[in-house]
Amino acid sequence: MNIFYFIAFLSIFFAILVISAKNPVHSILYLVLTFFTFSIQYLLLNAQFLFIVNFIVYMGAILVLFLYTLMLMNLNKSTEPTKSAFVKIAAVIGGGCLLVTLVASLKALGISQPVVLKDPGMGLVQNLGKVLFNEFLLPFEISSLLLLSAMVGAVLLATKEPTRSA
Amino acid sequence: MESLTNTIKAVPLDHYIILCTIIFSIGVMGVLLRRNAIIIFMSVELMLNAVNLLLTAFSVYNGDASGQVFVFFIMALAAAEVAVGLAIIVMIYRNTNSIDINVLNRLKW
Repeated sequence: MNIFYFIAFLSIFFAILVISAKNPVHSILYLVLTFFTFSIQYLLLNAQFLFIVNFIVYMGAILVLFLYTLMLMNLNKSTEPTKSAFVKIAAVIGGGCLLVTLVASLKALGISQPVVLKDPGMGLVQNLGKVLFNEFLLPFEISSLLLLSAMVGAVLLATKEPTRSA
Repeated sequence: MESLTNTIKAVPLDHYIILCTIIFSIGVMGVLLRRNAIIIFMSVELMLNAVNLLLTAFSVYNGDASGQVFVFFIMALAAAEVAVGLAIIVMIYRNTNSIDINVLNRLKW
């Protein structure tokens, strides 16, 4: 059997566990597994640069930040009350309607050619670096500004206001 | 590596689109279902990742490297978003002692 379908099944399975787990820490750990299956998908598409970036940035940095924040807040299970059954059913129906609409429009379009790797070296660091620093140089520089402003904003938001003593 | 990338040759583009649609819908359901602000945030990450995978699949399908550069930019944006969003959540927690979004229903009006 094709490995794509196995990995796709695993990612859907873990994604459902992410939104249905009661304990938020378990939810984050399932999200790590979901992102790991996504990394394997990148590897199957021979996008090796994105595989490494997804592995390091998402699984390494972002999810550890989530876990750290969650443990900082010291939440236990009793702090999250669940929504009422009516709202839950409405949410599932809403998401299901979105899914059905998108899949039906895809079926109406009716394209189904297989994904073939035309250029095997496309997703490698060398080729992507050339594209990034030639065509996308200005967006790259602007994204550095974005990261700087995000860092300043996060520090500004998360620091306590100084107590106005005397 | 060659044997790994040979396995995708039988996969139609439709199946990539359907997989990403399912993951995206699960993310939407997560946003609607949960009340914990951090889990809502994680559902948004799930949606972003579904779009990333779809962009990569289209990029490979068309033989154009620009799609993968776009994914790189989306990842940088997601990192900035997570930093600011978690700072806001920490501040909310400090003010209300809870990260239940129903505490914030004064924002409705």
